[in-house]
Amino acid sequence: MKALLIRDLRLAMRAGGGFGLGLAFFLIVTVLVPFSVGPDSALLSTIAAGILWLGALLACLLSLDRILALDWEDGTLDLLACAPLPMEGTVSIKALAHWLTTGLPLILAAPLFALLLSLPSAGYIPLILSLLLGTPALSVIGTFGAALTVGIKRGGLLLSLLVLPLYVPTLIFGSEVARRGADGLSYSTPLIMLAGITLGTIALLPFASAAVLRVNIR
Amino acid sequence: MMPDLGKYADAVLSAYAATIVLILLLVLVSVMQSRRAKAALKEIETRRNG
Amino acid sequence: MSLWEYANPVKFMALSGRILPWTAALSAICLVVGLIWGFFFTPDDFRQGSTVKIIYLHVPSALMAINVWFMMLVTSLIWIIRRHHVSALAAKAAAPIGVVMTLIALITGAIWGQPMWGTWWVWDPRLTSFLILFLFYLGYIALWSAIEDNDTAADLTSILCLVGSVFAVLSRYAVNFWNQGLHQGASLSLDKEKNVADVFYQPLLVCIAGFVLLFVALMLLRTRTEIRARRTKALLARERMA
Repeated sequence: MKALLIRDLRLAMRAGGGFGLGLAFFLIVTVLVPFSVGPDSALLSTIAAGILWLGALLACLLSLDRILALDWEDGTLDLLACAPLPMEGTVSIKALAHWLTTGLPLILAAPLFALLLSLPSAGYIPLILSLLLGTPALSVIGTFGAALTVGIKRGGLLLSLLVLPLYVPTLIFGSEVARRGADGLSYSTPLIMLAGITLGTIALLPFASAAVLRVNIR
Repeated sequence: MMPDLGKYADAVLSAYAATIVLILLLVLVSVMQSRRAKAALKEIETRRNG
Repeated sequence: MSLWEYANPVKFMALSGRILPWTAALSAICLVVGLIWGFFFTPDDFRQGSTVKIIYLHVPSALMAINVWFMMLVTSLIWIIRRHHVSALAAKAAAPIGVVMTLIALITGAIWGQPMWGTWWVWDPRLTSFLILFLFYLGYIALWSAIEDNDTAADLTSILCLVGSVFAVLSRYAVNFWNQGLHQGASLSLDKEKNVADVFYQPLLVCIAGFVLLFVALMLLRTRTEIRARRTKALLARERMA
């Protein structure tokens, strides 16, 4: 398990592995927002929390098809299927690797980008908290989507169509936390809901992803 | 015959029109697909048997 | 005699062929009677004027939009557990009907909302969850059409349907929460069932029956199409082998 995780991380770090691509995408989205809605900082600070969450979500989405597609093409996945590690474990590790390479950098960069969008100072901690709790769910759900579409050529667009509706609850609660925090309101209820969704998906979705992968490998 | 729909006539009529068009489209497409599938199957079955 | 006998395609074809004309005719009768009754012979609501007549389209289609998904969930489960092909094909056949029902509910709702609320669209929990349901249907259909191998497609789509159902329910509650967070209590309620008087209620029931029967008829027809298409494909493959 550890070996697989390290291998995935190494592959992602290497040139062309897409590490940092999500981060750059996140930056560009953040920079484009003031161009599209105007430079008014009062307006920006009200929408900053939502924009940051949306940007993080899109950046996650961008890198999803890398989770499994490359391993599928070169046959690694077939080998993994024969390995003693259960498929559920493989899928969970893949999701974890995805989160470490895209989710974590996004969280670390989020305060910086929040500065660009003049997020109110009360909003930083809830923003980080919500991203920390929410992005693992994005990775796990995304792995399910990647497993569904792994056998399809040019499945990237289909992947987004399938995954985006599944992201709705996470996005709602996540940005609710960030928004309430920015407005100085209490945000514990949506935070607990968000944690619940994340824990639930981490616990249950790997089984669905593994089942789907087995069907695809068959 | 036509009931007096008052000032909302446009809304009511367009809702009915949209629904009827959509349902008819669905039925039409379903029937056409069914016809085509039936014809294809018939053709291949007669080819195999005759 | 048990229900499972109709998992045999031949038996299903025989039975559905016999039932189909009846359900189609009954559905047509119910729809014509219900809609004409509703459209021509019900009074206007004192508050909503004639827009109340939209209820005969809006409520049944919204009802079916949810129930079609539920039916797909059940047939998907049957496919996963008992692996009856007819069941998987029925789920595939039902999805486009669900899309059209959702679309009708959304469109009639928008047309109704325009004069009543002064806007085509509000991010009300109900409206939003229907939009999400619509997206789920689109994803489901797209996945079916993207995969060539039939059994793989059936497996993947039924798992998607299961996971999607969980997330659809989750979204429903999340959306509720999100909107209350914005508006402090819903100012708009679509829940008019409570204050529907008998004059409106009876034709509405007929219309709902008509929509249900329409769905059954269309579902049978489309499932028959799918079964025939599958058989054609199999025969063609056999010919190519020979």
